[in-house]
Amino acid sequence: MGSQMSLFGLHCLKGKEKEEERRIRANNREYNQLHKYATNAIKTSKYNMFSFLPLNLFEQFQRIANAYFLFLLILQVIPAISSLSWFTTVVPLVLVLAVSAAKDGSDDINRHKSDRQVNNRKVKVLLNGELRTEKWMDVQVGDIIKLENNHFVTADLLLLSSSEPLNLVYIETAELDGETNLKVRQALTITGDMGHNLEMLSAFDGELRCEPPNNRLDRFTGTLMFQGQKFSLDNEKVLLRGCTLRNTEWCFGLVIFAGPETKLMQNSGRTTFKRTSIDRMMNALVLCIFVFLVFMCTVLAIGNSIWEQQQGDFTTFLPRQDGVNAAFSGFLTFWSYVIILNTVVPISLYVSVEIIRLGNSFYIDWDRKMYYARSDTPAVARTTTLNEELGQIKYIFSDKTGTLTQNIMTFNKCSINGKCYGDVFDYSGQRLEMTEETEKVDFSYNPLADPKFSFHDHSLVEAVKLENPEVHAFFRLLALCHTAMAEEKTEGELLYQAQSPDEGALVTAARNFGFVFRSRTPETISIVEMGIQRNYELLTILDFNNVRKRMSVIVRSPEGKLSLYCKGADTVVYERLHPSCSKLMEVTTEHLSEFAGDGLRTLALAYKDLDESYFESWRQRHHEASTALDDREDKLDELYEEIEKNMLLLGATGIEDKLQDGVSHTIEQLSRADIKIWVLTGDKQETAENIGYSCNLLREEMSEVFTVAGTSPEEVRQELRTARIKMKPETGEGNVTIEGEGEILGKKSKLVQDEAVNGEYGLVINGHSLAYALDKTMELELLRTACMCKTVICCRVTPLQKAQVVELVKKYKRAVTLAIGDGANDVSMIKAAHIGVGISGQEGMQAVLSSDYSFAQFRYLQRLLLVHGRWSYLRMCKFLCYFFYKNFTFTFVHFWYAFFCGFSAQTVYDEWFITLYNLVYTALPVLGMSLFDQDVNDRWSFQYPQLYVPGQLNMYFSKTIFAKCVLHSGYSSLVVFFIPYAAMYNTVRDNGKDVADYQSFALLAQTCLLIAVCIQLGLDMAYWTAVNQFFVWGSLAVYFAITFAIYSNGIFLIFTSSFPFIGVARNTLNQANVWLTILLTTILCVLPVVAYRFLLMQLRPTINDKVRFKVRQTKASPPPPPRRARIRRTSSRRSGYAFSHAQGYGDLVTSRRFLRRAPVSRSTAFSPTARSPGKFLPTGRSAGYSPTGRQSNLRQDETSLQMYRAVKDPQI
Amino acid sequence: MASGYSAKEEDGHHSGALGPAGGAAVRSRKPDNTAFKQQRLPAWQPILTAGTVLPAFFIIGLLFIPIGIGLYVTSNNIRELQIDYTGTESSSPCFACSQNYSWNMTTPCVCSVSFSLDQPFESNVFMYYGLSNFYQNHRRYVKSRDDSQLNGNLNSLKEPSKECEPYRTNDGKPIAPCGAIANSLFNDTLALYYNDPNGTETQIQLVKRGIAWWTDKHVKFRNPVGDDSNLTAIFQGTAKPVNWQKPVYELDSDPENNGFINEDLIVWMRTAALPTFRKLYRIIEKNSSTSPTLPRGNYTLKITYNYPVRSFEGRKRMILSTISWMGGKNPFLGIAYITVGSICFFLGVVLLIIHHKYGSRSSSADLTH
Repeated sequence: MGSQMSLFGLHCLKGKEKEEERRIRANNREYNQLHKYATNAIKTSKYNMFSFLPLNLFEQFQRIANAYFLFLLILQVIPAISSLSWFTTVVPLVLVLAVSAAKDGSDDINRHKSDRQVNNRKVKVLLNGELRTEKWMDVQVGDIIKLENNHFVTADLLLLSSSEPLNLVYIETAELDGETNLKVRQALTITGDMGHNLEMLSAFDGELRCEPPNNRLDRFTGTLMFQGQKFSLDNEKVLLRGCTLRNTEWCFGLVIFAGPETKLMQNSGRTTFKRTSIDRMMNALVLCIFVFLVFMCTVLAIGNSIWEQQQGDFTTFLPRQDGVNAAFSGFLTFWSYVIILNTVVPISLYVSVEIIRLGNSFYIDWDRKMYYARSDTPAVARTTTLNEELGQIKYIFSDKTGTLTQNIMTFNKCSINGKCYGDVFDYSGQRLEMTEETEKVDFSYNPLADPKFSFHDHSLVEAVKLENPEVHAFFRLLALCHTAMAEEKTEGELLYQAQSPDEGALVTAARNFGFVFRSRTPETISIVEMGIQRNYELLTILDFNNVRKRMSVIVRSPEGKLSLYCKGADTVVYERLHPSCSKLMEVTTEHLSEFAGDGLRTLALAYKDLDESYFESWRQRHHEASTALDDREDKLDELYEEIEKNMLLLGATGIEDKLQDGVSHTIEQLSRADIKIWVLTGDKQETAENIGYSCNLLREEMSEVFTVAGTSPEEVRQELRTARIKMKPETGEGNVTIEGEGEILGKKSKLVQDEAVNGEYGLVINGHSLAYALDKTMELELLRTACMCKTVICCRVTPLQKAQVVELVKKYKRAVTLAIGDGANDVSMIKAAHIGVGISGQEGMQAVLSSDYSFAQFRYLQRLLLVHGRWSYLRMCKFLCYFFYKNFTFTFVHFWYAFFCGFSAQTVYDEWFITLYNLVYTALPVLGMSLFDQDVNDRWSFQYPQLYVPGQLNMYFSKTIFAKCVLHSGYSSLVVFFIPYAAMYNTVRDNGKDVADYQSFALLAQTCLLIAVCIQLGLDMAYWTAVNQFFVWGSLAVYFAITFAIYSNGIFLIFTSSFPFIGVARNTLNQANVWLTILLTTILCVLPVVAYRFLLMQLRPTINDKVRFKVRQTKASPPPPPRRARIRRTSSRRSGYAFSHAQGYGDLVTSRRFLRRAPVSRSTAFSPTARSPGKFLPTGRSAGYSPTGRQSNLRQDETSLQMYRAVKDPQI
Repeated sequence: MASGYSAKEEDGHHSGALGPAGGAAVRSRKPDNTAFKQQRLPAWQPILTAGTVLPAFFIIGLLFIPIGIGLYVTSNNIRELQIDYTGTESSSPCFACSQNYSWNMTTPCVCSVSFSLDQPFESNVFMYYGLSNFYQNHRRYVKSRDDSQLNGNLNSLKEPSKECEPYRTNDGKPIAPCGAIANSLFNDTLALYYNDPNGTETQIQLVKRGIAWWTDKHVKFRNPVGDDSNLTAIFQGTAKPVNWQKPVYELDSDPENNGFINEDLIVWMRTAALPTFRKLYRIIEKNSSTSPTLPRGNYTLKITYNYPVRSFEGRKRMILSTISWMGGKNPFLGIAYITVGSICFFLGVVLLIIHHKYGSRSSSADLTH
C-alpha cells in the first residue's frame, strides 16, 4: 500500500514544483484551482483494467525468484545452451505468476470497492450560497462544507463555526491515533460568529496560508487573513480526515488538504515488513545454494572441456557446432547445467512456503478455543508470514492493564472496626472458594444499587441494616471521600466516572450498601444514605499525591457536624491515628496482611470530627497558603499534615484488581516452556509488583526480587550490578563483556549469551531508572542482569521505553521476541518486537491494527504459542528439510549422470517429469504434511510445555540440519543413480530386446526417485490423516497415470515431437528386474534413515520422542490437567496505597471548569467520557471505569497525559 | 484467577448466552466446529518403536537373501559369449580392416573371428552387437532426430526438424532419416557359421525381425504413405544420410522391414543410456526341442567391417546370449540383494542389542510435568 501511495504522491508532484506554502482562498474555486491541489478523491488501488497485466507482471518480476526464472527461460531459448525444453520453466513460472496475479487482482478489486465507497460518501458543500449534497470525491480545497453529528470528517478542515457554545466541536480520533476519548477543537471567534448564516459563510473570503501537506498529526501552522486581520492557526482549529464528529450538531469547515494530501493519507505509509528468522536463514541458504550451484556447474563445465578434448574424435558421429572448440563448449555447458541443476532452488519453494504459512494462519483464525464468546471475537492472524516464528518465542513483553488484568476493580473484602467481611464460610467454619455459584448478597432493598456489583458475605448487609454506626461511617466515608463524578441520565440510573478504577470500585461498593453518591457540585456532595437524601457541604479536598499517598475531604453534614474523612495507604494512615486506636490497629493490620496475601489492593480508612473554630482558622491559613506565590506546595503539605492527625481508624478495604481469566495458569505454562516474560507497564511500582505476585510472575519462593529505583545513573548501575553479583558472584564487578559474537550474513552482531544462575530471581525496575539503564553505556549491564532473572517487571514505562526494551533484547540476544498489549501505548513495542500481538475486543483498535496476531484474551497466548506456534514451526522445518532433500536428490542425479554422458547436460529424466516433479508429483504430499502434521495433539502440547523448547533453540532447522539434509540427498541420489545404472548395465529385457536404452533408464530412475522420496516423506510424517494418505497415494497414482498417458500412442500421434517416450512405460514397467531394482533402490534409500533415527531414539531420545512414546503408551487422551488450587500467599503485606491515579483531581472537581456545559442527550453507543468536555479530559485507563454502565468492558486507552507523565514528572 | 477459567468455555462448547446483545440477528463469528478447522482430523500416528523397526529389519533381511540367491543363480545360468572384434591389436583378425577404414569404401572389408563354445546354448540365442565408449546419450546426439519424420509425416520428410542439424539436408535435399543418430547407424554385417567337426561350415540362420519393441515398430516408426505404395517413389526428393551407403528405402528387400520401419534402424534409433551398450542384432531361434540352438563346437564369425570406432577409442563386440525371466546376464542385482539382506539382518541384530541395553532411555520415566 505504501508503494502506491508514494507513487501517487509522485504523481501529484509531477504537475508542479514542490509545494512550499499552501495558499487557499475560501469560496474561490478559480483561484484555488490554479495551484492544482489534489481533490478529495482517493485512490488506493494499484491497477485498472488495462494496466493490470503489464504493471502486475512488472512488479512480479521485481521479485528476485521470478526474475531468476525469467533469466533461466531466456537461457533455455538459446539453442546452443538449451538443455531443457522451454516448457519445463514456463509451466511453473506461469502457474506461479497466475496465482500471484489472481491474488493481487482480487486485493485490488477490494481496494477499488472501498475507494469507490469512500469517494461516493455524501457531504454538504456550500456552493453559490446554498448547501448542496456532493460526493466526497468532488470536494475541493477551499470549499466550505457542513458536517453533522457522527459524520466522518471529509478532509482536513479548518473549523469555521459550530453549533456548540464557544464554537467548540468534539471529535473522536480513534482512526487516527486509537484514542477513543473525545477531543475538543475550537474555532476562531471571528469565524465562529458566522454560525449557520449561509450568506455570511458564502461571503467569507478569508485567505489561508499554511504549511504544505505533511504527515504530522499533532502539528499545524498557518495563518488566516480575514477582514484585513491576521489570525494564527494551530492544531486546535483543525479537523483531520479520519476523525468523527461527536456531540456536535453541526459545524462548518474550510477544506485545507484533500484526498491524498490529508494527514491521514500521508500517514498510511508502509509498515515495516517483518521477516522470520527462518526467512532470513532461507535467504542465506539460497545464496549458499547458488554458490554451490555455480560450483557444480563449473566442475561439470570443466569436465565437459576435458571430455571434448579427449573424446574429440567422437565428432565422427557427432560433429561440433560451428566455431565451438572444447573450451567454448565447456562455457556453453556451464549455462546448460545452470538450467538443469536450477531445481536445487525451485520456484515452488517460495510459493509453497507462502501457502503453508497461509494455511497455518487460517488455523489460527478458525480456532474455536481462541474464540471469545463474550465479545464474539475470534483470533485473527493479521500477518500470514510469521507463523513459524510463533514456535520460537523466547521473550514475551506484556503490557499489564487490559492484558494481564481486566482493569476492573472489585470490592472484595473489608475490615470494619476489627471485623472482617467478605469471606464466606460453610457450616464447619471452612472458608469457601468463591465461584460463580456462590450465593450473592441481595441488594434489592436498595433501588439505587448497581446490579453488576456482587458481594457474597451476608453479614455485612446485616450490619448495615442493623445501623451499626461504624459500618455506616465506613460507607459514608467511601461515598464522600473521592473525586469521582456521578451522572444520572434517567432517575436511578447512575454512572460514575472515577479517576481510578479503585476509586470507582469503592464508591460503587458504598452505593450498593446504601450510601449512594448521587451528584456533586463544587461545594456540595449529595448522597442518599439508606434511602434518605442528604447534602454534605464539601469544604476542602486534601488531594492525593504520591508522597502523601492519601486523600481526605472535610465536609459538613446536614446537621452541621464538621468531619474529616481520610483514605490512604495503611502505613501512611497508621502514622496519623489517634493512640486510642492501637487495639483496633492490631486487628486491622492482621486483616490487611490477609488481604494483601490474597493479592488485594488495600486501603485504610480513618476519620476525625473537627472543631468549628479550629477549622475556621485552618481554613484561613489554607486559603493564604493556596494563594501564596512561593513554596505553595510545602505550605499546603504542612497544613495537611497538621489537620490529618489523631484520626480514628474505621477499617480497611481490599480491592481485587481482576486478572484476565487464566492469566496465572498461562504464565506458568509459558514459563515451563522456558519463555521469559517481562511486564512493561505504565503503572506504579506497587501496583505492578502486586499484579506480579497475583499472576504468578513473582513468587514467594523466589530467592530474591530485586528492585531498581535509583534516581541517578550511578545509583542505577550500582543497583544492577549488586543484583547481578548476588545472583552470580563469580561474574564479578567488571564491566559486561560480550561473550559471543554471531555472524548473520556477514553482519557482525554482538550477542550476549544466556547465563545460568542458581535459584529464581525477579527484577522490578522503575521507569526513571529504566531511562538511565537504557543508556548506551548501561544497556548491557541492564540486559545481563535482567536476563538472569526469571521475571522482569518494568513500571512507569513510557511507550517509547517499551519499544527500547524490546529493541535491546532483540539487539543482543539471538532470540525471538513477542510483545502483547492492548492499548495505543503498546503500539511501539508491538511494532518493535518480532511478533506483535494485540488484545482485541476492547475499544481502541490501535494495538490490534499494528499487531500481527490479535485475540481477545491473554490466556489464548498459550494456545497461540504452545500449539499453533509449535506446530507451525515444526511443519515449516519439516517442510524445508524435506523440500531441500527431495530437490537435491532430484538434482544430484543429474550431476552423477554427467560423468556418463560426456558432461553434455543431458537430463536423466524425461522433460515432462522435470516439469511436473515439483508441481504435481511431490507438491501435494509435502503440502499435506506441512498443513496437517502434528507430533502430539494440542492437549499433550499443553501437558508438556517443554516441547516448545526445541523451537527456541532452533533445533529443527539450522545450518547443521541443512548440511545433514544435503548429505542425505547426496547419498540418496547416489543410490537412485547407481543402483539402476548397475542393474541395467548391459542387460536386456526378458525377450532379449532393449531395456538399457536412455528412455527406459530415465523412466526407471525417475520412478525410483519418486518412490524413494515418497517413502522418505512417509518417514517424516508423524500424522497421517486421510488427506495425507490421499495426497501421497494419489500423487503416486497420478504419476503412473500421467506417465502411462503421456507415453501412450494417442498422445504421441497427436504431439509427435513433444512426447517421444512412446511405449516406454508399457515396455519397461512389465519387467521383473525393473521392479526389483525399484525395490532395492527404495529400501537402500530408506534403511539407513530408519536405522539412524531408531538409534537416536534409543540412545538420545528427544523430548518429542519421549512424549510421543508416552502418548503411544497411554493410547488415550491425557487426563485433564489437574485443577490448580488457587495459590495462596501467606506473605507479608505488599500492597500499599494502590491508587493508580494521578494528583490534581481534587482541584478539578472543585473548579467550575468541568461544568461548563450542561450534558445533552447523545448517542448511547458512545463513551461516557464525552460527558466531560472542555479541559477536563479524564486521563488514564481509569476514565472508562463504569461497572454500572452498559459497556462493562469499556475502557480507555491511555491518553498522552498519562503516557508521558513519567518523563515530565520524574519525581512522582 | 487461575481457577476461575473454565475448561468448558475453552473447549468451545460455551452457550451463546453471553454473546452480543443482538445475538440472534447478528451471525456469530465463532469458527465452525469441524475436525478439519480444529485440526482434530483422525490420523494414524506411526512412530519408530522397537516393535516395528526390528521385525522390519529381520523381515527385509530374510526376504532379500533368498531373492538375491535366486537372482544370482538365474544370472549365472545364463550363457553368454562376447567377442571383441574391434581389431585395434595387430594380432586381431580384423586389424587390417580397422586400419584402412573409410566410409565410402566400395569393396567391403571382411574379417573372420573363430571361437568355440564349451557348452551348448540350449534355448533361443540372441545375438547382440556391443559398443563401448560410444556416447549415444550425448545431449546433442540424443536430440538430433526428427520423430515426426520417422513417424511418416510427409511434411517432416520434406522439411526435417532443425534439431537434425548438421544432418538435416544434403545438397539442398532433405535427408531421410535426418539427424546424427540415423547418420551413425551401425552398419557392420555379422554372420555366424558353425564349423562342423567334419569340416563343413554351415551358416546359422539369423532372424532379423522381432528385434525391436512392438510399439516402436508399429507406432513410433512408420513409413510415409503417399499416392504410390512404392517406397522409392515416396522417398523421391530426399537424400540418404551422408554416411549411409544405401538410401533408407533399400535397407531390406522385405517391404515390412524396409524404410523407416527397418528394425535395425529402429533398434539403433533407441539410443542407449550409457556409453557402453549392446543392441539386439539377430535372433537364433531354437529349431527342435532335442538339439541345442548352438551346440558346443567351433564357430566362425564373419564380419563385414564398416563401422569406424577406432578414432574415439571405441570397442565393438559381438555377444551371444541366452536370456531368462530377468533378462540378460547381470549378476549385480543378485549380489546386491544378498548384500542388502545380510546388512539388514546384521543391523537388526545390532539394533536389537542396543535396544536391550539402552532402550529404556526412550521411555517417558524421566518426563517431568
